[in-house]
Parts: sequence; C-alpha cells; structure tokens
Amino acid sequence: MSLELGRRAAKVLVLLSYATAFLLPCAHCRKNGSQGITIAGSTSVQPFAERLAELYMHAHPGIRVNVQGGGSSAGIMAVRNHVCDVGMSSRELHKDESALTSIPIAYDAIVIIVHISNPVHNLTVGQARSVFAGRIRNWQELGGPNLKITVVTREEGSGTRASFEEHVMADNAQLESQRHSAEPFAADALVQDSNGAVREIVAADEAAIGYISAGLVDDRVRALSLNGIPASEENIRNGTYPISRRFLFLTAGAICTEAKDFIDFALSDSGQQALADEGLTRVR
Amino acid sequence: MTYRHKRLGLIVEKSVQTTLLLIAFAAVVVIFLIAVFIFWEGTPLLIKTGVWQFVASNRWEPTRGHYGILPMIVGSLEVTFIAVLVGAIFGLACAIFLAEFAPYWCVRIIKPLIELLAGIPSVVYGFMGVVVLVPLIRRALGGPGFSVLAASTILGLMVLPTIIAISLDAIRSVPSSYREGSLALGATRWQTVYRVVLPSARSGIVAAFILGMGRAVGETMAVIMVAGNALTLPTSLLQPVRTLTSNIALEMGYAAGDHQAALFATGMVLFVIIAILNTLALLLARRR
Repeated sequence: MSLELGRRAAKVLVLLSYATAFLLPCAHCRKNGSQGITIAGSTSVQPFAERLAELYMHAHPGIRVNVQGGGSSAGIMAVRNHVCDVGMSSRELHKDESALTSIPIAYDAIVIIVHISNPVHNLTVGQARSVFAGRIRNWQELGGPNLKITVVTREEGSGTRASFEEHVMADNAQLESQRHSAEPFAADALVQDSNGAVREIVAADEAAIGYISAGLVDDRVRALSLNGIPASEENIRNGTYPISRRFLFLTAGAICTEAKDFIDFALSDSGQQALADEGLTRVR
Repeated sequence: MTYRHKRLGLIVEKSVQTTLLLIAFAAVVVIFLIAVFIFWEGTPLLIKTGVWQFVASNRWEPTRGHYGILPMIVGSLEVTFIAVLVGAIFGLACAIFLAEFAPYWCVRIIKPLIELLAGIPSVVYGFMGVVVLVPLIRRALGGPGFSVLAASTILGLMVLPTIIAISLDAIRSVPSSYREGSLALGATRWQTVYRVVLPSARSGIVAAFILGMGRAVGETMAVIMVAGNALTLPTSLLQPVRTLTSNIALEMGYAAGDHQAALFATGMVLFVIIAILNTLALLLARRR
C-alpha cells in the first residue's frame, strides 16, 4: 500500500522533473479566489491552445489561462491526477484512459514534406511506407534525382509519430492490431524531437523526407500529395486525405465553470476560426 | 570575562563547523537521492527484460516492448572516445604550450579565453554545429551530415577547457628542479618536455582525459542537435548515431509506463559508466 503510494508520489515527481515549469505555477480554478485555468499536455496541441488562451484572456481579462507542454501522456496523467484542469492530447485515448472525457477541438493532418527543389510531388501510401521503412533508398526509384534518401522521423512516443505509424507504416488491411503490425522505421533514419526540427532538416537537405503537422508547413518545404490527394483543408475534413488525427481536450470528472467556458470558446465559431487560421481543420 | 569570551568563541566555532558540515552533506544527500530515485524507477524494468537483454540487444522499440540499448551504448562510447581523442590532441598541445613555451602575456590572453569556452552554453555549440558543421560535412563528405563526426567534433571542442585546465595544472606542478636537471644535462626544451615533464605529469594528464570523457559522455543538448539520433550501430563516421543521454532527453517528453522506466534504466547505465570514469580519474590522479 505504502509502496504503491510511494510509486505514485514518484510518478508525480517524475512529472515535475520532466517539464520544469510544469506544475509549479499551477493555479487551479477549484481553489477559492484564484481565477485561473491550467491546461497541460501535447506539445503538438500546445501552440494552438496558447493561441486560444490568448484570445480567451483578451475577451475575459480577469481569467488567467495557463498553457503548458509536457506531451500527450504527461497531459493525460496530469488531468487524471487533477494537477491540471484540462489536458491536451494529440493521440486517441488508450483503453485504460477511457475514464476521461475527451473533446475533439480540431483535425490535424500530417503531411510528408520534401525539400522545395525535389521534383517528386506525389507518393502512394505504399511508396511512403517503403521510403520510411528504408526499402526505397534512392530518389531515382521515385522519379527524382540520383540521391540517397535521408529519412527523418520523430522520436518514439511522439503523437505525430504514432499517428504516422498508424496511417502509413501499418497495413490498413489489418486494422485490428494496427500498432503492432506497423512496420519499423529505417534504422538509420534521423530522429528529431519536434516538428520544427524535422522541418529545418528537410528545408536544408535536398535529399531529405520527413513528416510534420500540416499547419506548420512553410514555403521552404513542399507537402506531398498522398495517393494523388493533396492535403487541402477540404480533403482533411471530409477524410479523403489519408493521414489526419484529432486534437483532444481532456477533462476528468466535474470541471469548474471557467474551464468549461474555455472549452466552449474553443468549440465556438471564433475559436474554431482561430484554429483554422493557424493551419488546423475545424471540427464544426 | 576572558573566559566567557573564549566560551562564546568556542560556541560560534562549533556552530559554524556544524553548519558547514550539514551543507556539505546536503550536496551529497542530493546526489544520493538522485541515484536512489533513478535506480528505484529503472530496476523493475531491468529485472523484467533482463540486464543482458537490455544492454546487448539492438532493438529499441519501447512502445512495442523491445528495450535494447546496445546502439546507444556503442554510440555514446564511440562519440566520446573520438571527442576525447580530438580534445586530447589539441588540449594537451595547448596545455604544453601554455605551461612550457608561452610568454607570460600570451598565457594572460589565452587562458581566460579558454575558460570562456567552458562558459558557452551547450545549445550554442549545438546550434553552431547544425548551422555550420552539419552542412559542411554533408557537402564535403556526403551522407546526411548529422553524424558521429559532427557530434564528436563539437564534443571535442566542448571538452577542451576541461582537458586544458587540468593538464595545465598537472604540468605546472612538476617541480622545476626536474626541468633544470634535464636542461643542465644538455637536453633541449622539447626533449625536456616530452622525456621529463610529461612522464612526471602523466597521472594528472590521464585524469584530465578521463574527466573530459565524463563531460563528453554526459553532454546532451549539443549532441541531440547534431548527431541525428538514429538507432543503428554506427559503422562509419558519417552515419547518424544516438547516445544514451540523447535517448533519455529525446523520448522523456512522451514516455509513460515501461517506456519511462526504460529511460530511467538508460540513466542507470549512464550512471554506472560515469561512476567508473570518475573512479578511474580519482585513482589515477592519486597515483603519483
């Protein structure tokens, strides 16, 4: 019993040490007097939640919305342990996490990006899988220049990577055990720990290929069409573009009015429009 | 009167002593707690997968239950070894110059600059690596640029201050009578340095290399930025590589459950490696 408690305390400590500024400034709206909401979790959702928070605080000057990173799993753990009011996740909940209430706030498509000078404009999902698994190793095989492909991927545990594995690396004929049937990435693939880092490498290396959130593509890299379908907003929303995921807000049990109001704002027309302006696709 | 003063002085003396003792112990206790915490978190996973499997398997897919850190151990050792080699060559040369040949004004200029090198944050080294070194390697030598070579060059630069400072002290602490004796026998200055001074300073110089090694093994940020972090056993200097520290820092953000425990176990391995290096350094520095 006390061992279990100790382990739990240790978990919380781990969380603390993870994202240094993560728990300390935690201002709960449950506490009397303080008018703040704390949101924590996925670093993919974080910039968008920060934008929402900015707009929300502008409209409600008395309320402080505190947005922190840490990662999807950390966010789920935090909201479960009530160390934050709203969690953010860029992955769907696992079975043992289903006690939480999840509120989808936007779709995020993942696009495969290449250097702007790369003549390749389209890949099939099968080709993409072969490239990222290291079976296709030269751009020549895809109609490009005679260059060895530099594969760039994300670190194990990243939501973007999980989503990419699920949609591209796994054979969708075997939906049952998706995660386990997914093909491993090429062993010599570069691993970076953020969308931005992947984009920087691809922008600098004409032989590189990587994947990032659609909202973060800029004019130094080009997003490829998949199976001939470009990652346009319409294709993402109607589900024809093959790689997209939901961004979730998570709550545990009853929540205070401030947090509820903030979530309502995220789902309101102006909130949704703000997310769309940042490159995501609206849920409503 | 004098008696009371004496007593008061004694009390102050005692309390200062005790306070300092407690503070000194606090630092030790913190290290002890960190060690306990890492081992507490990591051991269950090590027992589950088996220590041998953990350190000797090259399959690292923590979200699918495969925990093998061999590529990272090899990567860490390879990058560190080459970095210390680079650092040792330049560092020792610099220390010899500063101790034996440089005029005083020159030492006055170079020494503070080298100390400044130690104060540059590692992220700056990493950034320079990404912006300058990686594209250079990619263009000149091929491959992705993010490589063992890039990581060990940057690390080599970063361990320079450690190696220079400690080996400089070692060389300076060789009694000048040794030099005088050698010169009196007709040896040139260089012969004196490498036949008499360096052998006498050997233990200190080796300790400098090992402490540099400890710094290189532990460095994280700059390495993550330039090493590419791929999961292969690196066979060429131009291949990307992942070190133990990068593995922890890269994946801790999203890790949960066994994955998180595996990162702590990675930390245990790192802890053991660094403990061995520091012990070696202590033993060698003590042997005169």
